[in-house]
Amino acid sequence: MKSIADLEKIRQATLSKVNLRRESEGTRIVVGMATCGIAAGARPVMNAFVDEVAKRNLMDVTVAQTGCIGMCRYEPIVEILAPGKEKVTYVHVKPEMVPRIVNDHVVNGNPVVEYTISNAE
Amino acid sequence: MELFRSTILVCGGTGCSSSGSMKLYERFEELLASNGLDKEVKLVRTGCFGLCAAGPVVIIYPEGAFYSHVKLEDIDEIVSEHLIKGRVVTRLLYKDEAKSQELKPLDEINFYQKQKRVVLRNCGVIDPENIDEYIAFDGYKALAKVLTEMTREQVQQEILASGLRGRGGAGFPTGLKWKFAMGSTGKKYVCCNADEGDPGAFMDRSVLEGDPHAVLEAMAIAGYCIGSDEGYIYVRAEYPIAVKRLEIAIAQAREYGLLGEHIFGTDFNFDIHIRLGAGAFVCGEETALMNSIEGKRGEPRPRPPFPAVKGLFQKPSILNNVETYANIAQIILKGADWFKSMGTEKSTGTKIFALGGKINNSGLVEIPMGTTLREIIYDIGGGCPNGKAFKAVQTGGPSGGCLPASMLDTPIDYDNLIAAGSMMGSGGMIVMDEDNCMVDIARFFLDFTVDESCGKCTPCRVGTRRMLDILNRICDGKGEDGDIERLEDLAQSIKASALCGLGQTAPNPVLSTIKQFRNEYEAHIYEKRCPAGVCKNLMRYVIDPEKCKGCTLCARNCPVGCISGTVKQPHTIDQSKCIKCGTCMEKCKFGAISKK
Ligand SMILES: Cc1cc2nc3c(=O)[nH]c(=O)nc-3n(C[C@H](O)[C@H](O)[C@H](O)COP(=O)(O)O)c2cc1C
Ligand code: SF4
Ligand code: SF4
Ligand code: SF4
Ligand code: FES
Repeated sequence: MKSIADLEKIRQATLSKVNLRRESEGTRIVVGMATCGIAAGARPVMNAFVDEVAKRNLMDVTVAQTGCIGMCRYEPIVEILAPGKEKVTYVHVKPEMVPRIVNDHVVNGNPVVEYTISNAE
Repeated sequence: MELFRSTILVCGGTGCSSSGSMKLYERFEELLASNGLDKEVKLVRTGCFGLCAAGPVVIIYPEGAFYSHVKLEDIDEIVSEHLIKGRVVTRLLYKDEAKSQELKPLDEINFYQKQKRVVLRNCGVIDPENIDEYIAFDGYKALAKVLTEMTREQVQQEILASGLRGRGGAGFPTGLKWKFAMGSTGKKYVCCNADEGDPGAFMDRSVLEGDPHAVLEAMAIAGYCIGSDEGYIYVRAEYPIAVKRLEIAIAQAREYGLLGEHIFGTDFNFDIHIRLGAGAFVCGEETALMNSIEGKRGEPRPRPPFPAVKGLFQKPSILNNVETYANIAQIILKGADWFKSMGTEKSTGTKIFALGGKINNSGLVEIPMGTTLREIIYDIGGGCPNGKAFKAVQTGGPSGGCLPASMLDTPIDYDNLIAAGSMMGSGGMIVMDEDNCMVDIARFFLDFTVDESCGKCTPCRVGTRRMLDILNRICDGKGEDGDIERLEDLAQSIKASALCGLGQTAPNPVLSTIKQFRNEYEAHIYEKRCPAGVCKNLMRYVIDPEKCKGCTLCARNCPVGCISGTVKQPHTIDQSKCIKCGTCMEKCKFGAISKK
């Protein structure tokens, strides 16, 4: 290591891995991962979110899991909680939908209405 | 790039390791692999979280679920419930949280609420054996900053302006210490005191185990400031985990070129060695420590000359405590004003205490200076167990003193504690309740110093021995009129003439207990009575004939058979044979036996 730039490179590369150990202020993506959710395919969805967040190097975003949200017939369910905004709930989420949710909603702040629960009902 | 959705932090601190956390770690490793979760969930062994009384501790992020008293059998459930199904296992949550049956963020648990984790910020968060994780949280950035942007004088002035005072006990301003060593030219040394000999103290060990790079980085900064290219860490051999993590950290820092030659491409060179201490308390004293590093007997040398002039290998040197160093990088990065915003005017920043004794939440606590004893003992520590009454708190270890309940509202800082007759010391804090005898406590600490005195000077070697003899006599019920005054006279002359800090402070526990609890000394001496019922020769077990039902249980359990009586008749104890083991009182179901 010869310069501060080298140090910064290691910092950036490691930060995203350790960042979720701090209670973060940023957006939380919460995937319902109870038995019903897993049976409906929540695991690949969760992994798709993790990959997408990593790929885009999003620092303030955490992907978390939660238990049964209580609407099993809509599983896999994903909730996105951005600071200061109302919670948005996506239903019947498939891995293919994830890049768009991350791009439109998490990064640009425009929920993908057609995937949300209000649309399903 | 890898990213994990969850992180399991298994405490690898000393407390939790001794209650089996390594086994838990291995079981997690196994189960993550067999469930195919090892690519999604990261497993990390961290340093102490501070709540050792609740150990072994496991924390799972991003939920921040704090599991306490985790057993090997629980791991399967945590993996299948929490990690696979995403349901927090409420049964295992730390009790403070479990009451509400829902998850509270870690910083809302009472134990952490009043704390401010500055020095311990990385402990329990990063993997101490991975330098990248330290770097991720701004590690080595302060070293880069001083080497590329600051002059030596600016570094010294920043540290001085922060008001940082030595955390090893005496509270000497660190910036001033560095200044004294800056003047001369030629070979100099930077030393780190990780000897931590106070009974009950484990702050420094926890920093070394949880965040070793913080100390290495600070020593390099100190090296740049005073103009030194070589450092020594003097660490107790009884701290094998700390030693191992330091070795790993030094190797990783060397590999990255953060120790060695031309650090960050500058002309600055610095390297660090570890020296193991044999565990004598006096080796924590600065001149004795330097003798010991040099391979000589660990005996204090007379001062002057001071280490800043003639220290290690007769070269100008500085010595700072582990916790002192652990503040340095953050002061450089965040500035002296930030540091001064915490604490009191004359004692800035935070201090770590090892809270122990008769307290519900024993463990490591880091608080801003100026927090009151009451807040530490009640709000953080949860008070004395079993509803017993608080009696005193001892700070400063064998050099310190006891503070009674009337002083609970004292804000903690260096000067207040000294004014109250104790001292900060390195941060041991032992809580005592109504069942502790203060004469016995004084005797305990003096016994420790008598054992640890190196014997080089007479006041300490002979004087502390004589004080201990008097205390032993008092506790045995053979105290005489004038003993208190004799203790005070001896104490004054030892304080005035001992060569090193060990002797000079050894009488403090006695003096402070005489000052605050003189009535207990008097009860021992004049009434031959130990009010707390601790000193065996001064108490008796007696059976209350009114309450005794004659069940014979006590008589059957007395190991020396000194209880007599017939069935259904009140029993009596033969005091001349009783060995005061207390068994009878424990056994009696009718509360008929008491200590007098
Ligand atoms: C008998 C005795 C034991 C000591 N033990 C320690 C110790 O274990 N750790 C420590 O940091 N300082 C200890 N000290 C204080 C050191 O001599 C020294 O003041 C301190 O390490 C300086 O660092 P600081 O200015 O950062 O506090 C001890 C002093 C005496 C007299
Ligand atoms: S005061 Fe005690 S420990 Fe210190 S040099 Fe004298 S005998 Fe040794
Ligand atoms: S155990 Fe209690 S009640 Fe029974 S004989 Fe002994 S003192 Fe009396
Ligand atoms: S204190 Fe022990 S020795 Fe004494 S009477 Fe009770 S059981 Fe017997
Ligand atoms: S050793 Fe685990 S919390 Fe202290």
